[in-house]
Amino acid sequence: MKSYTDKIKEIAKRLLKEDKVDIVIGYRKGTVPLMHQPFFATSEGEVDSFVWDSNCGLNLANYITDRKERIGIVATGCNSRNIAVHVVEGKIQRDQLYIIGVPCQGMVDRHKLAAMAEGNIASVEEDEDKGTITISGQGFSKSVDKAEVLQENCSICVHRNPVLCDELVADEVTEQTREQADPYARVREIEAMSPDDKWTYFDDLLSDCIRCYACRNACPLCYCPQCFVDESNPQWVGKSVDPTDIRTFHLLRAYHCAGRCTDCGACVRSCPVGINVRDFTKKLEKDCLELYGWEAGLNTEQRPPLDTYKPEDPEDFIK
Amino acid sequence: MKVIKIDKNEWASGLEKLRSAYELIGPVKEKFYHAFQSLESGQQPDMDYINTRVSPKYVIYPQSELILECSLNENDEDYKIYKEPEKEYKAKAILGIRPCDADSFSLVRRNFDTEEYKDPYWLRAYESTTFVGLACDQPCPTCFCSSAGSGPYSDSNLDILLADNGDHYLARLLTDKGEKLAEAAGWSQETGEEADQQIDQKKQEAESAIQSSVNTDKLASQSLLDLYEAADAIWEKEAFSCINCGTCTFVCPTCWCFDVQDEVSGKKGYRIRNWDSCMYPLFTMHASGHNPRGTKVDRLRQRFMHKLKYYVDKYENGIQCTGCGRCVQLCPVNIDIRRICNMLNSYDPESCTCEVTAS
Amino acid sequence: MVNPYIPYPVRIDEIKTETEDKSLKTFKFVFLNPEDEEKFAYRAGQFAELSIPGLGEIPIGIASSPVEKGFVKFTVFKTGKVTSHLHSMKEGDIMGIRGPLGNWYPWDLLEGKNVVIIGGGFAFTTLRSSIIYMLDPENRKKFKDIHVIYGARSPGMLLYKEELEQWAARDDLNMHITVDGTDDPEWKHHTGFVPTITEQEAPAGTEDTYAIVCGPPVMIKFTQPVLDKLGYTDDRIIMSLENRMKCGIGMCGRCNIGKEFVCKDGPVFTLRQLNQTPKEY
Repeated sequence: MKSYTDKIKEIAKRLLKEDKVDIVIGYRKGTVPLMHQPFFATSEGEVDSFVWDSNCGLNLANYITDRKERIGIVATGCNSRNIAVHVVEGKIQRDQLYIIGVPCQGMVDRHKLAAMAEGNIASVEEDEDKGTITISGQGFSKSVDKAEVLQENCSICVHRNPVLCDELVADEVTEQTREQADPYARVREIEAMSPDDKWTYFDDLLSDCIRCYACRNACPLCYCPQCFVDESNPQWVGKSVDPTDIRTFHLLRAYHCAGRCTDCGACVRSCPVGINVRDFTKKLEKDCLELYGWEAGLNTEQRPPLDTYKPEDPEDFIK
Repeated sequence: MKVIKIDKNEWASGLEKLRSAYELIGPVKEKFYHAFQSLESGQQPDMDYINTRVSPKYVIYPQSELILECSLNENDEDYKIYKEPEKEYKAKAILGIRPCDADSFSLVRRNFDTEEYKDPYWLRAYESTTFVGLACDQPCPTCFCSSAGSGPYSDSNLDILLADNGDHYLARLLTDKGEKLAEAAGWSQETGEEADQQIDQKKQEAESAIQSSVNTDKLASQSLLDLYEAADAIWEKEAFSCINCGTCTFVCPTCWCFDVQDEVSGKKGYRIRNWDSCMYPLFTMHASGHNPRGTKVDRLRQRFMHKLKYYVDKYENGIQCTGCGRCVQLCPVNIDIRRICNMLNSYDPESCTCEVTAS
Repeated sequence: MVNPYIPYPVRIDEIKTETEDKSLKTFKFVFLNPEDEEKFAYRAGQFAELSIPGLGEIPIGIASSPVEKGFVKFTVFKTGKVTSHLHSMKEGDIMGIRGPLGNWYPWDLLEGKNVVIIGGGFAFTTLRSSIIYMLDPENRKKFKDIHVIYGARSPGMLLYKEELEQWAARDDLNMHITVDGTDDPEWKHHTGFVPTITEQEAPAGTEDTYAIVCGPPVMIKFTQPVLDKLGYTDDRIIMSLENRMKCGIGMCGRCNIGKEFVCKDGPVFTLRQLNQTPKEY
C-alpha cells in the first residue's frame, strides 16, 4: 500500500524532526517475500526503510511493554486495542505514545499462500484496486483474491479501525458487523463436538508443538517477568514434549489471556509449525462477551471483568 | 568409488528389501509441510520435496531423550543409583536428506565427540545411521549453502549421493556403509565414466543456480571483542524485533544446546535431555538471580557470535551454519543471518560501521 | 564408550554446618564402590556435579584436597531447588557425584613460586583444597612463600574455622583472616574488606609471585586494582569463574563464553585470558 507507506514515513519523519518522540516503531522491508521486520527508527534516514502492506501481521504493541521513552508507533485496529490493554494494565503511559493509526483491511496468511504455491515463492505483488495478490516463483505465477487468503482472524475482524490514535494515515474503512463476520462460527463448531471428538481435535491440533514459546513471546499480553512454564521452584509444568505438558502450557496460557486477548493473530503468525492456538483464545473471548458483555481494549478507562467484581456478575457457571 | 544407476521403480522395490535390516526414515508430507518420519511398510518417501520445515537433526538427536533412570524405592538394591536405560540402536537409513542437512552432522559432531568426553547417545545413534542423500537441482531463493561450507551436491557427510536424472537416479556409493546398503537393496546396475561426469555437470549447474550467498572471508581475522562491542552499529537494531521465541534454534540443523531435567513418576526417577535455546532468558540464569545475558540484545548477540565467530575461532573450520535457509524463512520477525553475517564480515572497528546488505 | 553422564553413587558420611546462619554446610561423601574413588582422582581447583536423582545436579567446587584420602568434601550454599533439598538430607543418604570436571589451578606453573591466595565468602572451597595440598609435607617444599588472605562478613560466616586457626598458628605460611566488621572483643584477626587487607598485607607482584583470586564479583572488582598497584601482571593473576551449568562436560552449551566453556576450558582462567573474552559471567 504505497499511500499508507508514504503517509507513515511522512508522519514519522515529522515526529522525529519536531522532537515529539524518541523512537518510531514500524516495519522495515523484509529480506524474504511475505515477511517484514519490526524496526525502530531514531533518525529520518532510518524512516526511509519503513514499509506498510498486507504482510505486517505481527503486533507492534509487543515491543512497548515497560519502555520509558516517548514512542511513535504504527497501529491497526487490533494493535491499538492491545495498546489500550497495556495502558489499563500499567505497562505503558498513554502520554508516552503517539499512535499512528492505520485503518486495516486485513493481513494475508503466509502459510496459506505457501501451500498454494507450486514451489518457492520468489515475489509477491498486491493489486489494491483489484483486491488481488499475485505470487510468483520459478516457472509459476498465481493470482488470488485477497479475501481468500486473509489470516483467519482478519477475515472475522470487527475492529479494523484504530480505537485509540493520534493521527490516521488514511480515511477509516467500513467495519464488518458482527452478523456479517460471524466471528464465533469456528468456536460453535468445536463446542458442538462430543467430548471424545473434542479431545481428538485438540490432541491433533497440538501434536506438532515444539515448545518454542513463539506464541507466548509474540503476544503483547504475555509479559510476566517469570512465566509459569519457566518456574522451577515449584515446577508447575515439565519442559519436554510430553503431550500432557504441552496441553497444560497452551490451556493455561489461553486462560491467562482471557478477557485481554484482541485476536490479533500474532501467535499463529509466529508459530513455526502453524498451530492455530486461536481456537483456545477465541472461545474465551466468546465467553467473556456472552457472560460479561466485555471486549478487550476498546478504551483506556474500563477495567476487565476478571479484574473487577460487581454484585450482578453472572455466577451460574461456578459449580 | 562406485557409481551406479537406480531406476525409479528399482528404487521403490529396493526400499522394501531394506526393511529387514534398516528402519527407513524419509520425507513425508503432513498437512502443508514435509517432515522426516519413520516409513511404514509400503510407504514411500516423497523424493520430489524441496526440504523439511524442521531439520532432520531429531533423527539422531531427539528433542526429548531419556538419558538416565533410577529406582526411588528404598527397598531396591540400586535405590537412587542412576543407570543408563536399555536402548537398542537399530540400524537406520535416512533417505533423501539434503546435503546441507547432512553436512550439519559433521559440524555438530565436533561438539559431541571430543578427546576428553564422548556423548554415547548421539554417537551411537549417528554411527548406526546410513545417510542416503539427494542432491539439490533447484535451490531455493534463501539457500546459501555454497558460501557456508556446504553445497547442493556436497557429499562430505553422505554414504550415498543420489542425483535425480529423470526416470532414474545416478548414485555415488561413497563409503562402505553406502555400499552395504546398496547391496542389501539390490541396486547394482554399474555405469561407466560418463555417469560420474554427468553428476559433475549437474553439480555445476546447481551451484550456478544458487542466488544467495554470505561473505565469511574476514570473520576469522576480525577481533572478537570488537565485534562483540559493536552494539550501536550492529546489535541494538537487529535485536529489537527479536521475540526470543527460539524458532531459529529449533529448526536449525547445527544448533545443539540442551537442558537436563530430572522428573519423577511414581517410584522411578528420570533424567531427561531436552533441546534448549540460548534465546531464552533462563538459559544463563544463576541460582542467585544474576543473569549474565539478561537482555534480549545479549542473547541475540550470543547466538550470532557463536555461529559466526566463536565457532570459527574454536574449530578453525568455517562457520557453524550450512546455509539451509530455514531460520530465514521461519523467523517470525525476519531476522536474517545472511545480513548479520555480512555485517560482521565487513565491520570496520575504526569507523564503527559496516556494509548492510542481505543477498 | 564411557558414559560421562552417569554419576558415581556416594553416601553422605558427615554433615557439618559451617556458618552461623546455617546457609552453608560441608558434606563429606564416601564412594559406595571403592574403585570409583580411584577413578575420581582430582586436583585442587576442580569441581564436580552433585547429583540428586529425581531432582537435578549442581556444580560445586571440591573442598577436600587430593592428599585427603577416603572421602571427598563439598561446601554447599543453600540457594535454589537442589541445594535446599541437599541441605535437608541426612547422614547415610545416597546420591551421586559426577566428575572431576573442569581444569585445575596451574600447579606446574606455581612450583618454585610465591603463592598468594585471596578468597572471600563461600568461594573459599577450592582454596581450602589448594592450601591443604600445598601444606602437605610432600608438597610444601615445592612452593616458596605462601600468603592467604580470607575474609567474610562476620566471624560466624567464616568457613573451616578450626582449620583457619590451625593454619594461623603455623610458621610455614602467612594467614591473614579478616571480617568486614564485628563487635566481638575477643576477635584477634583483621577487620576490614578483603581488598583493603590485600593492599596492606600482600607481597609485591614480582616475576616469582602468583595470585589466586576467588570470591564474589564485588570483591574481585575491588581487588583487581590493588593487585595492579602491587605490580601483578594479568598472566600471574589466576581466577576461578562460576556460571550456570548443566552437563559439566562442554556439550550442552550453557556455560559458553566466547569460545570457551567454563565447565571444560575453565573454571580456572588467568586474568589475561578473561580480558580477551566477553564479560558474560
